[in-house]
Amino acid sequence: MVIAVPWLRWIVLWPALGVLLHLLASRRWPRLAPLAGPGVIGLAFATACAAVVTLAGHGSEAALVDGVYRWIRVGALDVQVALRVDWLSAIMVLVVTGIGFLIHVYAVGYMHDDPDRTRFFVYLNLFVAAMLVLVLADNLLVLFVGWEGVGLCSYLLIGFWYREPANADAGKKAFLVNRIGDAGFLLGLFVLVQTIGTLDIASIERQTDVLAAATLGGWPVPVVVGLLLLLGATGKSAQIPLYVWLPDAMAGPTPVSALIHAATMVTAGVYMIARLHAVYALAPVALAVVAFVGAATALLAAVIALAQTDIKKVLAYSTVSQLGYMFLGLGVGATGAAVFHLVTHAFFKGLLFLGAGSVIHGMGGEQDMRKMGGLRAHMPITFATMLVATLAIAGVPPLSGFFSKDEILWGAFAGPHAQPVAGVVGYAAAALTAFYMGRLFILTFLGTCRADEHTRHHLHESPAVMTIPLLVLAVLAAGGGFLPVPALVERVVGEHHAPHAPLGMLALAVALALGGLAVAWRFYGGAPGWPERVTRAAGPLYTLVRDKFRVDELYGALVVRPLFALADLGARVIDPALIDAAADGAAHLVRRSGERLRRIESGNVQHYAALLLAGALGLLGFVLIR
Amino acid sequence: MVPLSWYLLLSAVLFAIGVGGVLLRRNLIVVFMAIELMLNAVNLSFVAFARQLGAEDGQVIVFFVLAVAAAEAGVGLAIFIQLFRARETLNADEVTTLRW
Repeated sequence: MVIAVPWLRWIVLWPALGVLLHLLASRRWPRLAPLAGPGVIGLAFATACAAVVTLAGHGSEAALVDGVYRWIRVGALDVQVALRVDWLSAIMVLVVTGIGFLIHVYAVGYMHDDPDRTRFFVYLNLFVAAMLVLVLADNLLVLFVGWEGVGLCSYLLIGFWYREPANADAGKKAFLVNRIGDAGFLLGLFVLVQTIGTLDIASIERQTDVLAAATLGGWPVPVVVGLLLLLGATGKSAQIPLYVWLPDAMAGPTPVSALIHAATMVTAGVYMIARLHAVYALAPVALAVVAFVGAATALLAAVIALAQTDIKKVLAYSTVSQLGYMFLGLGVGATGAAVFHLVTHAFFKGLLFLGAGSVIHGMGGEQDMRKMGGLRAHMPITFATMLVATLAIAGVPPLSGFFSKDEILWGAFAGPHAQPVAGVVGYAAAALTAFYMGRLFILTFLGTCRADEHTRHHLHESPAVMTIPLLVLAVLAAGGGFLPVPALVERVVGEHHAPHAPLGMLALAVALALGGLAVAWRFYGGAPGWPERVTRAAGPLYTLVRDKFRVDELYGALVVRPLFALADLGARVIDPALIDAAADGAAHLVRRSGERLRRIESGNVQHYAALLLAGALGLLGFVLIR
Repeated sequence: MVPLSWYLLLSAVLFAIGVGGVLLRRNLIVVFMAIELMLNAVNLSFVAFARQLGAEDGQVIVFFVLAVAAAEAGVGLAIFIQLFRARETLNADEVTTLRW
């Protein structure tokens, strides 16, 4: 059942109005930004809540649609800009606006002293508007508009402190790496248009039989589309092979890392694949690739996170790893579990980043965990909320991460497209997750303070405007596991809800979580000298992990350097020898031939008359001979 | 009656003499006279055709040509006078300033 609700557009319009308001009014009223920035997101959240209440009143299969206008009509292709709230997008909208609101409030405190605060809120509001377009779109082309919009905002916010060249470079890297994925996304859309002539998600779902029968160059179209869209998703959601931009994206302000690079934008790929579950269901090969990309990313990123010393870098690799879990869930057909993990991850990872931001704020900008320690006494609220988030991500029951991760891993063994090998990899990554999170927590909050005298003197708990969002998120991270997300999503994607995992597997998951935390405690809490001994024993392997497996260097050698060499070839050889030579040569030719030909113009009228006669005779001869 | 081809032959010979005069003589007044010769060669073929075909058009055109030739002669001679005042010569080889 589809119900027309013309006010859905206000969910997107509030943040968009916020952007306008900042641009037009903030010069006159500079104190407006801290009020209006979070304010418009709060209004969007309220509108979204109203939409969800309306949706809940219309039975489980209902969807709310707001057809805004017809955008493109070319031949058979008809693109309507329409917003759609079903349970899948409803969950996303609540996460984006709800967490977005909390992070906006937090940012008021975090960016308090920044002279460019207004610009910050312009970008952040714009991001929320684009993200809402992405999740509410009921047409893939409209979704792509949001997709590119969030990419742009991500670029702008990573390079927010652009006076530092490293930050600007990180922004460019994120943008360029995402372009590769976006190219795949676009190609996928082209194939869809060519095959079924529509990008409307509901129409695509109606025409799955056409899709299933179609082939492209000997390949089934669903597999081609699935893999191309997956390439797009690996870019946006930081999966192998395109994950390299996300750790660098930590150059942005910490609220940005929390909102864009943990809670919302990076989950766009997961959302997109969940949205197109009907296409992926036709292509088990593509689903298997999704599952293994996810499992491999989860493990690789977790391993890299073990050896990082920058608190935000650990969290960044942790995000990559957790996104890998979501892809694993999607790949094994546990879409509900994947979206569930998306939601709980938004809670606890948003909280972890905000907590880390609070720590960095208190430490006067320090991000190296080796110079922290013993912050529990100085920052009690940050400490307590971070403890909740750490236990949640590690998977300790009854906190939220336990439930969602458990559902994904159980889906890997019992889901409709089960991949037990990927499931085993997922369990391994779960143990590593508990370890590196325990390490982060212990190094930061426990033990003795390793900061210098000056920093220690200034250590302080963050103001209430920052700690209240932490507390709210802590409640969500703790209790989010009891939200009925999988059941709601399964109404939309129509898959059967897998029964809960047997007790043995639950026990294994809990044992891995607690075991990881215990080992972390043994390493960093109890026995001094253990980490050093282990790193010495691991030798070059440790260096390799600390250097992130040198993937950046590998890409640099394989992609960036050849591209630069090609550009250099173009600039130094092809441009002067071919392009310039062609242009100069043409000029030279005209000049030289002009110098020769002007000799005809002797100025003597009789010469002209002779030429005239020759021409006339020539024409006459031509006519006669012909 | 004299056949048409004779008139045409005469006309062609006169025209060729005119062309030769225009191209080969250096004195501009002689060149000018050669041009008149060419015009009259054409006039001759016009009247020859007019008589042969019994149509008056050719005769009429000859009058036009005569009128235009008179005007041309007026303009041309005026130019020659000015040219001679300025350069004291009417040799075509010495009047070649208008070039590259």
